[in-house]
Amino acid sequence: MISTPFMAVVVLVLFGLSAMVFKRNLIKIVMAVHVMGSGVNLFLISLGYRAGSTAPIFTNAPKLEMALPVPQALTLTSIVINIAVVALMLTFAALIYEHYGTLDARKRRLLE
Amino acid sequence: MILLEHAPALAIAVPLLAALATPLVSKAGKRIRNLWVILSLAFAEFVVIMLGRDVLAGNVHVYSVGASVPSLTSTGGFPIRIILVADAMSALVSLAAMSIALLAAIYSWRFMEEHHSLGLDKFYTLLLLLAAGMMGLSLTGDFFTLFVFIEVVSISSAGLIAFFSSGESFEAAFKYMVISATGSLLLLFGIGLLYGKYGMLNMAAIANEVSMQHSFLDIAALSLMVSALLLKSGSVPVHMWKPDAYQEAPAQVVIMMLTITLLSLYVMFRICFSVFSLVLPVTMGWLIVILGAMSVFVGVTMAMPQRNLKRLIGYAAVAEIGYVMLGAGTGLIAMPNVSGFAMQALSGGIFHMINDVLDLSLMLLAAGTVFYITRQQDINEVGGLAHKSGYLAVLFMISMLAIAGMPPMGGFASKLMIYESVYYFNPLLSIIGILGSIMLLAIFVKIFASVFLGVPYKGSVRQVPKSMMFAMCVLAFFILFFGIFPNLALDLLITPAAEALINPQAYIGGVV
Repeated sequence: MISTPFMAVVVLVLFGLSAMVFKRNLIKIVMAVHVMGSGVNLFLISLGYRAGSTAPIFTNAPKLEMALPVPQALTLTSIVINIAVVALMLTFAALIYEHYGTLDARKRRLLE
Repeated sequence: MILLEHAPALAIAVPLLAALATPLVSKAGKRIRNLWVILSLAFAEFVVIMLGRDVLAGNVHVYSVGASVPSLTSTGGFPIRIILVADAMSALVSLAAMSIALLAAIYSWRFMEEHHSLGLDKFYTLLLLLAAGMMGLSLTGDFFTLFVFIEVVSISSAGLIAFFSSGESFEAAFKYMVISATGSLLLLFGIGLLYGKYGMLNMAAIANEVSMQHSFLDIAALSLMVSALLLKSGSVPVHMWKPDAYQEAPAQVVIMMLTITLLSLYVMFRICFSVFSLVLPVTMGWLIVILGAMSVFVGVTMAMPQRNLKRLIGYAAVAEIGYVMLGAGTGLIAMPNVSGFAMQALSGGIFHMINDVLDLSLMLLAAGTVFYITRQQDINEVGGLAHKSGYLAVLFMISMLAIAGMPPMGGFASKLMIYESVYYFNPLLSIIGILGSIMLLAIFVKIFASVFLGVPYKGSVRQVPKSMMFAMCVLAFFILFFGIFPNLALDLLITPAAEALINPQAYIGGVV
């Protein structure tokens, strides 16, 4: 039985991939990358989740069932990296708009 | 010796810290900044050479970051820290990458001088950051650090591709960024699958577990990671970013991108051979071989009609990757531990990986120099440059013969190994390879004739600066050296690397 977060992961990643392939607006392509990144982040964070667990802090812990700390650290890193990537891509999109006055990938030779 | 003990960490830390200090140092003047960049890369190169000498003596060099005793990896039989691993293969790759980075910095000295209005301190910062990322990629021993360094590499190289700030360079950088961001996310997804199953991120520890219990999840993670790395290396179905990026980026950035390709292939081999060697499905090897043959074919046929020299070299680079994949894929299918020809195919693939970087780098630097002295991108516009600069013509001819796999260049030695061994495996693939080489030679003879021979170019032609000439001569020396003494290179570097790949036990045992 596949639990809900994992289904959401599959939906998000497939949605991002298909949008990246079929959309022609550069901003939408950047959004597709970000949606896919969020899907992967959700996957990482739901890997570390245990039902009924607390935060992984040992001092005065009410019980010993804890969520895994490693995926949370990974997700944090990956969120930061994703923001950097998306910011860089948006910069490129803005500069392309400045040069050509269009964001439509079909109108440009290199970007098909 | 303390330098050797900390060598893997230093190889990453020196370029990284130098990158962060570069904007400050460049306040002191242009010459000091250039010297700073070259000296810090030279120091990192020294560290990498020392590491390589230690590793080639036969031991796996393990370094756990932040531990009081760096060589102690697992307290309690479970590696938790970030662990850097250098065996013969990763030492070879990091040596090649660092040397190319150093040559790129030397070449930049005069080449970038006239673009100082674009902010050269930022250029050098990104160059050093890219070098640090490449070192991390080749030395890392765990999957998540791998992901982080892949992102470091792709972000800094996208910045460098866009450096000339023309509309086309932004487009090329955007395209590269979309492809590589997708690749990194697929890689992260695969890493997540492995973490979910094994609860570990260390490559060697996972390899240890994979051989005992493997399932569908491993295969899914493996396919995700291999497709991500094929995206990064620009083999056939996703090669379209490559010619654009090669056309738009400055020549010395493109040779760094060749090294990124080399590193992506290295990581792919590391995952296939060291981590999943025992459970690797034969289909994966076939996939790599078939994509390799298609890369050769598509690269060569698309290179033919190009008029822009660097774009043409981009397609030639797609074809050259095909040869590496042919060799290594044959090695994956046909068990190098038992059969001689599979071992030959694998070492041919690794040898060609190095030669490919050297040959194409020389040709790209020569193409960059042609652009520098004439200001022309279109090869139909220039001609007769051999009258003006004979040395440049000789260097271009060396690189041309090497890419086409003619003796006595390095490319010949490795391509011959690939042809011979792949012929045993499947004659058709070998024939495709040979035909591709012949067509490459035909294309380059045409280019050589139109750029260097014929009617002398009418416009003004500048002198070739010494620093650019020096970088090209070093590359040409190594191409000739590997071509004339292939056995020396094979015995010293390539065979230990291939053996490190096919015997994952040494790699695993070094860490766990």
